[in-house]
Amino acid sequence: MSTPAVLVQLDSTPSPDGPRVDAVRPVTAELITLGRTLGHVDVFTMGSPSVEALAALGALGVRTVHQAQLPTSLPVDAHRTTNSIAAIAVTVAQRIHADVLLCPTGFAAKEIAAVAAARLGAGLVTDATSLTWAGGEGDGKKVLRATKHSFGGAWNGTVDIITDPAVVTVASGAVTVEPAATPTHPEVEAVIVDPPAPKVTVLSREVKPRASDRPSLEEAAAVVAGGRGTGGDFTDVYALADALDAAVGATRDIVHDGHFDRFIGQTGVTIAPALYVAAGISGAPHHVAGIQGAGHIISIVNDPEAPIVELSNLAVLGDVAAVLPATVAAVTEAKKAAGSA
Amino acid sequence: MRIVVLLKYVPDLTSERRFADGRAVREAAEGVLNEIDENAVEAALQLIEALPDEADRQASEVIAVTMAPEGGDLAVKKAFQLGAGRGIRLADEALVGSDYFGTTAALAATIRRLGEDAPIDAVIAGMTALDGLGSVVPALLAEELGWPQLTHATAVELSADALALTITRETDDVVARLSAPLPAVVSVSDAANTPRLANFKLIMAARKQPVEQWTVADIEPFFEESAVAGADCLGVAGARASIVETAQRPPRPDVNVVKDAGDGQVAAAAIVDYLKGHDLV
Repeated sequence: MSTPAVLVQLDSTPSPDGPRVDAVRPVTAELITLGRTLGHVDVFTMGSPSVEALAALGALGVRTVHQAQLPTSLPVDAHRTTNSIAAIAVTVAQRIHADVLLCPTGFAAKEIAAVAAARLGAGLVTDATSLTWAGGEGDGKKVLRATKHSFGGAWNGTVDIITDPAVVTVASGAVTVEPAATPTHPEVEAVIVDPPAPKVTVLSREVKPRASDRPSLEEAAAVVAGGRGTGGDFTDVYALADALDAAVGATRDIVHDGHFDRFIGQTGVTIAPALYVAAGISGAPHHVAGIQGAGHIISIVNDPEAPIVELSNLAVLGDVAAVLPATVAAVTEAKKAAGSA
Repeated sequence: MRIVVLLKYVPDLTSERRFADGRAVREAAEGVLNEIDENAVEAALQLIEALPDEADRQASEVIAVTMAPEGGDLAVKKAFQLGAGRGIRLADEALVGSDYFGTTAALAATIRRLGEDAPIDAVIAGMTALDGLGSVVPALLAEELGWPQLTHATAVELSADALALTITRETDDVVARLSAPLPAVVSVSDAANTPRLANFKLIMAARKQPVEQWTVADIEPFFEESAVAGADCLGVAGARASIVETAQRPPRPDVNVVKDAGDGQVAAAAIVDYLKGHDLV
């Protein structure tokens, strides 16, 4: 097999103001880093990459940037639909004879990956945690081998995708970003893409603003989340997140009660941080489904029977309202001591 | 209005889940209806209740469909209790081990067959299931049927003329309002509605109501050679991704449990010690 071609989507979460890509998001850098272990990496984008974005792609070893040009007859609102983005992925994948299409995790990205796989006649694995080429001995045919978690992380599975190309969505945090040994100067090539006629009318589309001084839930190395046990008061959850440079999350109950806007779990965000601190969270199946990729889990609960205790590396049994502020003070003190040492 | 609601029979998360021959084992005593699928049934019932014409409401039907082994009847019975009028369990040796595309092909063929009697206006599913978290079958089904994809809905509204749907779609950081003519494929989140409680009359009726047992033979003529998946995609033989092995994850190290004294100091010290010990601060 000659060096495989790997295709990655550049603008995974499109910015609301659109046509420019100013930076390479951490999740994209993870996909490119993983892609480099499999072959040459190309990216596709709808936006025009800035000089800074091109430099970042070069540092990551990207060969070519394929910039899609959609028909002017297609309403701008229809550019970001599953239908259109899947069409771009398929057109570019066919053009470069891609062997692998890598997509990020998240509900929208998974649908794009699935529809692209359908149109390519390709096999699909979702939420992979690692990828390697396997086989290649007997008849010389290599297959893409993926690992993934199932059943709330209780099982690990290994799956071979027997088609070429193969389509994979990769769990966030599965890869540590590393620059390429040999940086590149990526070329930007225009690609004309003509998606199938849209069947859905986009009446409105809004990208929720996120606090820019805090890492996003999907990409943070540390997450502090609050559940019912906080009584909905997130002051100390924010304070501990600040002390740990962490993102803030919540359980579904807390969001439904109107105390916070994004929840971690089966129907919310899936996270895979190195450190997860659960404050006042019992560990219902819905929530646990979203934290299966977490590394170290520290829980603060008052109920020793709560399911989260069993999942934790460290479980402290106590009053969240007392433990959180004391922990904020202790962490701040420890950082100060480390800083002056 | 005829609505097909797709149900998934999933392992009860309070029971032991396991794999055999590389596939998830779902035994009768262990399974339940995927929680969000109750929201799908509810969304279907609400659409029918929103029909302006009483005669149309009376003529409407919710058909529950599941592709599952024997225990899957339980999921269909649960849908009966909520108000589904008809239920089908599709099961066949040839379907075991189907991947996303095989599953989509079989469900599409089932929907096409149901559409022979009278047109199906919508297919509604839960946006994700707790065992796999793939969340892609509704989008694939829309692609396969050539219907609009209205997925990840947190709100579903029927147009005044009852010919189109508008949904609020929430995925990750994006909130969109989408509209499309019927028939369409919809998937709903748990925020879309609050499922009604089963009433006593329906619980009693559900006991007697039979679940139609379909096999591949029942849907054989309704596979299409389409972009997504034809009959050749079914089962292990047709899967484009094959399971090499499954293994129980190594158990987490023993939990270190620390009991606080009440003022938070003991707990805080334990947390900081842990963070320092693992280079996390």
